[in-house]
Amino acid sequence: MALVTQNLTTEDHIWKLLEEVSDPEIPVLSILDLGVLKKVQVQEGGKVQVTITPTYSGCPAMNTIAADIRIKLLAEGFKDVAVDLQLSPAWTTDWLTPEGKDKLEAYGIAPPVEPAGDIHALFGRDTAVRCPLCKSENTKLVSQFGSTSCKAHYQCNDCLEPFDYFKCLK
Amino acid sequence: MDLHHKPTVDLQGYSPEIRALVYDYTLQLADTSLILGHRLSEWCGHGPILEQDLAMANIALDLIGESRSLYQYAAELEGQGRTEDDLASLRDAVEYKNPLLVEQPNGDFGDTVMRQFLFDGFHFFLLKELQNSPDKGLAGIAAKSFKEASYHVKWSAEWIIRLGDGTEESRRRIQKALDNLWMFSGELYTMTDTEKALAQAGFIPDYSGLLSQWEAHVGKVFAEATLEVPQNVFMQKGGKTGRHSEHLGYLLTELQYLQRAYPGLEW
Repeated sequence: MALVTQNLTTEDHIWKLLEEVSDPEIPVLSILDLGVLKKVQVQEGGKVQVTITPTYSGCPAMNTIAADIRIKLLAEGFKDVAVDLQLSPAWTTDWLTPEGKDKLEAYGIAPPVEPAGDIHALFGRDTAVRCPLCKSENTKLVSQFGSTSCKAHYQCNDCLEPFDYFKCLK
Repeated sequence: MDLHHKPTVDLQGYSPEIRALVYDYTLQLADTSLILGHRLSEWCGHGPILEQDLAMANIALDLIGESRSLYQYAAELEGQGRTEDDLASLRDAVEYKNPLLVEQPNGDFGDTVMRQFLFDGFHFFLLKELQNSPDKGLAGIAAKSFKEASYHVKWSAEWIIRLGDGTEESRRRIQKALDNLWMFSGELYTMTDTEKALAQAGFIPDYSGLLSQWEAHVGKVFAEATLEVPQNVFMQKGGKTGRHSEHLGYLLTELQYLQRAYPGLEW
């Protein structure tokens, strides 16, 4: 019984520590804000098993995130740390925490607002994306594909500033 | 870094026959996404404008990411100790199972957009159904990639319309691309023995249902783009059973160069 309680505490402690691991492409977001961290398990013998899920299939940040998790936990004195990748259930922008969305906007990236492009909604009007700088909703899509897999490229018609939009993935 | 996705499937309940079929099919999907992803990646740094260069690189990344998950799952199904790297980088052209369409050269931007458009509709409707497969490995990967494919299908359809209903020159070129590539569209829906057996067993959808959804999508977009589908075309096939056009060998030479020159590299 004592062992179980201790394990739970250790796992909570690890979650807390991993708040300091951020997305290498969007350093204001921790992997908790992003909803990428799925599970922390301390196994018998002290092995720490961390499970993460990718935002996009080919996301090259996953390897860096896995390495950063290991470095963080090894530095904190955990001897045996393994990170694995779980695809299912598939990541969705719903897992971005409200704090995560606020941090994104403050950083200059518009947080997700609309459902992913549906084939039946081809050329349908997209929901307005708010400019993270001047807060105008008078913005236009430049390209569905931006600087990383998870972002689209927008421009504000009022302040003319180009900006990234974190694509909605449902 | 050795970052493998978690085996989510209990394969113990599979008969050796079913396991071999699912392996074969998973490999076919993996090859298809890898080859098309590689083709698109050839545009990197050569796109007509920066935004479209990025778009093609992004789609390539999604496809190559999907293929990696599929290769990892295929390696697990095979259970012979081969890895994703062995499967992607050390098999020869005749062992590749991708349909002929995806290995066709990039040509001009219109040719690439047309190849992508013909494939995207197929990919989108297939993944949509495959999410419900009783095979948890395929279903999980399909659910992930389906979300990404919904962006691809929109991108290629928009470009077909923009080029088809665009200038005289853009229309001429995209119509030519359609005339050249249409003969490779039939193979997507021609079921191999593996596909038939898996559809029979309820593991994958029957392709006739996918075909009618695809025809409605493609027909609507071509009508808006003022393009004409060529009539009485003899449909080419063979890629899915290892009979490829000469283009694949050249593609693999480049794709596999690093692994063959420096064996033992990891993805």
